[in-house]
Amino acid sequence: MTLVEANSTYVACPFSNAVIAGLRELDQQKFGYDRLRGNGIDVVHRKVTAVDTKSRSVRLDDGKQLAYDRLVVAPGIDLRFDAIPGYTEASAEAMPHAWKAGEQTLLLRRQLEAMNDGGVVVMSAPANPFRCPPGPYERASLIAHYLKTHKPRSKLILLDAKDAFSKQKLFEAAWKELYPGMIEWVSLSFGGQVTRVEPATRTFITEFGTHKADVANVIPPQRAAAVAAIAGVADQTGWCPVDPVTFESRLQPGIHVLGDAIIAGGMPKSAFAANSQARVCAAAVVDLLRERTPASPKLINTCYSLVAPDYGISIAGVYQPANGLLTDVPGAGGVSPMEAPKSFRAQEATYADAWFKTITRGVFG
Amino acid sequence: MLGAITGVIAPALAMAASPPGAASCLGCHTVNGGDNPVPPIGALEAEQIVSAMQAFRTGARPATVMDRVAKGFSDEEIKAIAQWYASAKPK
Ligand SMILES: Cc1cc2nc3c(=O)[nH]c(=O)nc-3n(C[C@H](O)[C@H](O)[C@H](O)COP(=O)(O)OP(=O)(O)OC[C@H]3O[C@@H](n4cnc5c(N)ncnc54)[C@H](O)[C@@H]3O)c2cc1C
Repeated sequence: MTLVEANSTYVACPFSNAVIAGLRELDQQKFGYDRLRGNGIDVVHRKVTAVDTKSRSVRLDDGKQLAYDRLVVAPGIDLRFDAIPGYTEASAEAMPHAWKAGEQTLLLRRQLEAMNDGGVVVMSAPANPFRCPPGPYERASLIAHYLKTHKPRSKLILLDAKDAFSKQKLFEAAWKELYPGMIEWVSLSFGGQVTRVEPATRTFITEFGTHKADVANVIPPQRAAAVAAIAGVADQTGWCPVDPVTFESRLQPGIHVLGDAIIAGGMPKSAFAANSQARVCAAAVVDLLRERTPASPKLINTCYSLVAPDYGISIAGVYQPANGLLTDVPGAGGVSPMEAPKSFRAQEATYADAWFKTITRGVFG
Repeated sequence: MLGAITGVIAPALAMAASPPGAASCLGCHTVNGGDNPVPPIGALEAEQIVSAMQAFRTGARPATVMDRVAKGFSDEEIKAIAQWYASAKPK
């Protein structure tokens, strides 16, 4: 069993919005791979540059080849720097995305810290599908928390390429209660779609007008990371169709794909979902290697969002294969109740924190 | 890139025989506990898991999220998960 991973340190995205808001340090997001090495896993910090599906081998950026019986690919996303005119990789200095945690996270935080009281923060969120559907709204909430605490005359405008978003009613009710007048959400129908950006002046251009930002955060459209296309497992949408029982690619036998990169039906692109999928996929791979038929699985997802440090909300779902996709089990799942005492929101914030500890310990040891 | 599967390598062999849904419990629950407000699942008897899940499902037992999760599982599925955790004791 060989684990090929380009980076020797993993920087986790969940809770990185709290880093942006100054509530947490980036070091708390960092994890290494050393504890996996003892478990009979070869960890190789290299980039995969080619996959030969005929000879069933993978080429690394040092030229080495690795043969495989089954290949499991969980490459995450690439940000599309070809989707919004004016938004290139170089523009991410002036208008950070912070949608891959690391330097970008710190850059956005520093820009918020440097902003004057009374400044305007403008964010833009993409159309579906994208990594972490509630993420932009959690970010808007925690930035508003920072502004309310440190720069109370400031304002946040969130330009959205959608007319609806995850946990919307809960977010909007909480914004009204915690950050009245501070967050302006502009939906697609009201001109939220960004058609161009001008990084030099931190300006967003929409069909309805222009917004000049003191701090700008562009969350651009995304696709499965490049290696998915290299391996031939991504389709024309940029994402990867898979069998919902085994996570085997519908395009390349012997290659399994999971996490943000796949077309998962009802399951969102979340770390919780990726982890649930990984467990099912690992069991299926063992079954297939032993020439047994994997049983039809059930998977769970739970995504917590922090609206404030002591105010958590969640969305949950249970999924099973149906019509070739992972589909919501009817009657299960849903969001936190609209009416709930403060203690309930505080408890969900505590569980969010516990979830992060459990999942990162489970993955990295 | 094989990254996401890492945490499941050690338990993968055990998980291969696990009933539908069991693997996802470990997204939030540990098996053996530790410093965590979420109850460790391996410390529970099969009957305790079954009665808790049934009470979450009907709403008899208050919850933040387990009510929404429990509604996705039938009596038979709950029983299978409970028996598996009570006997298999995965790491
Ligand atoms: C702001 C923010 C907040 C979030 N909050 C939450 C949350 O609260 N809860 C939640 O569940 N999810 C959350 N998410 C989503 C979560 O981060 C992703 O869903 C999760 O990381 C997906 O896992 P993955 O394994 O698919 O991809 P990744 O975590 O991106 O892992 C992919 C890995 O593959 C490696 N890789 C890629 N290409 C190659 C190659 N060619 N060669 C070698 N290695 C390669 C990469 O280096 C990377 O380490 C959040 C995301 C963001 C941006």
